[in-house]
Amino acid sequence: MKSLRALLLIVRRSLRKHALSTTVTVVSAALASGLVMAVFAVAAQSRAAFAGGPVGFDAVLGARGSATQLVLNTVFHLETSPGNIPWTLYKEVSEDSTVELAIPYAVGDNYRGLRIVGTTSEIFTKFEYVKGQKFEFVGHGEPFDETLRQAVVGSEAARISGLKRGDTFQPSHGVLEFSAVQHDERYVVSGVLEPTNSPSDRVIWIPIEGIFRMGGHILRGTGENFEAEAGATIPDEHKEVSAVMLKFKAQIHGLRMENRINRQGKVATLAWPIANVVAQLFERLGWVNRILELVAYLVVVVAGGGLLSSIYNTMNERRREFAILRALGARRRTVFSAIVLEAMTISVLGSLLGYLVYGAIMVVAASIIRERTGVVLDTFEWHSALVLTPIAMLVVGAIAGILPARKAYATDVASTLSGSL
Amino acid sequence: MELLQVENLVKDYISPEGEVQRVLSIDRFALASGEQVAIKGSSGSGKTTFLHIVAGILTADSGRVCFDGNEITHLSESRRDQYRARELGYVFQSFHLLGAYSALENVTLGAAFGSGGDPGLARELLETLGLGHRLQHRPHQLSVGQQQRVALARALAGRPRMVLADEPTGNLDSTHAQEALELLCSLCRKQGAALLLVSHDPTVLAAFDRQEDFAVLNRTVKAVAP
Repeated sequence: MKSLRALLLIVRRSLRKHALSTTVTVVSAALASGLVMAVFAVAAQSRAAFAGGPVGFDAVLGARGSATQLVLNTVFHLETSPGNIPWTLYKEVSEDSTVELAIPYAVGDNYRGLRIVGTTSEIFTKFEYVKGQKFEFVGHGEPFDETLRQAVVGSEAARISGLKRGDTFQPSHGVLEFSAVQHDERYVVSGVLEPTNSPSDRVIWIPIEGIFRMGGHILRGTGENFEAEAGATIPDEHKEVSAVMLKFKAQIHGLRMENRINRQGKVATLAWPIANVVAQLFERLGWVNRILELVAYLVVVVAGGGLLSSIYNTMNERRREFAILRALGARRRTVFSAIVLEAMTISVLGSLLGYLVYGAIMVVAASIIRERTGVVLDTFEWHSALVLTPIAMLVVGAIAGILPARKAYATDVASTLSGSL
Repeated sequence: MELLQVENLVKDYISPEGEVQRVLSIDRFALASGEQVAIKGSSGSGKTTFLHIVAGILTADSGRVCFDGNEITHLSESRRDQYRARELGYVFQSFHLLGAYSALENVTLGAAFGSGGDPGLARELLETLGLGHRLQHRPHQLSVGQQQRVALARALAGRPRMVLADEPTGNLDSTHAQEALELLCSLCRKQGAALLLVSHDPTVLAAFDRQEDFAVLNRTVKAVAP
């Protein structure tokens, strides 16, 4: 016990004496530890949030092509639309007895970079983004009237654009960025939605009829160009939609429809189940994650090397201290342990500080991901890396301490004491 | 009863040129329990090497060193560390205090590696030596005389049965030297510890009833005419 107290005293005094190098080493260990924890946690939580977040639909029906692009475009409101499908296909699936809910999406416009989605008011009256949870309006806000130029603004879109109930705005053409081509139509905000922590928060919803009638929009439902005229009804055969969001009465129906659409049909693609499509995307992007992990591991190795050299560089000046301690009766293994313990203490301090670094990285990463996609990460969700990384850092610290500890172990007491006389 | 017995002790060094040089050859030396003895000898005569062998810091090439009837010459390094921690106190000429530690911590470390020891003794010794108000001071904040007193306290903090003192007053002026010597001798007497002191200073040697000439003890040293 007395020996342990002496060991701790030796470690404490050395850390204090070399405060600057201790601080630098602790900070580099903290960065390494925080980075590793963040790389693993961000990867796991992004995957969980994207694949298991509040989607509310089972499948997306869209133009023939990539299911991934379809999901990114309609569920996460990213990327461009792979193309359109005829309105008749929407009507067909919406009348299918296995389909509980079919909501059409038409995209192609934005307001200040925020995506405008044309849809039906069922998105507010029937759609549940989480079981039992429909979109809710802030204050006295209400769904748009499908026959008017009205819009409903998601919570994040409202925050970014500053739009509130009663405000008017003019959409611009295009979905990805600010566009110079502004439409003439003015829309009135009928309501702002409460946050849902989903990509829908970044969307401005307008009646789908509004997209059909927006100046300059060409409808090609029949294969020929058709431009809507004010006051005149648009024949269904000319209408087209970017996608149809589907909820089945039972999951098994998705399989049947997938078979019908993807295997037998030629005009459309059914992305089903949505979570699987997202999971496949993450698997395809797995190499990015592996590179990030590799970089994080390298940072740990660099931190370990820094730890080793910072302690090793003090060994010459500390030879006298070890010789005196040995002359007082300290065993070789005591001075060896003191150095390894010192390295481990730096690792522990670094790991503790690493939690702050981890927290900071997570907050920044979560805010970027939320701003770009609307997907919300749970910053403080449990991940095994939060325990395994500090343990690994402790092992790295102990290993880094061995080389200088061997030097301390080999101190020649008699010659060192005589030499310093 | 003899606490320390040295018989036929030989220590050689190999010079950088590869020649074997004998630095110690002591036929017999003994120290009784509680006895105080001063060994006089010039610099470079092998006194420090002798103390290092007695302390188990160095090993002899041949001969025996027995402490309390137990031969330490053939003990493992770890056992010799234990012996030093439990049985010995060591006072160095240049004190060898640890600069990063307070006076109290320096003294506490003196008793940290043995099995016995009294946690309150370090503070008590420093207070006895008039350093009660300097417990948390680090060596560079103390005068040379105060540093020497901390070194004395450290040597006695583990309640050793023998104190080895290597030119303990060599770095002090005559007033402080006398004071330090008196404190060392009285503290050893008080604790019942034997004292083996080496010095070349006649005034230090004069304070001891028993004096040994290292030139006589160590047959490798050529006696210098006084």
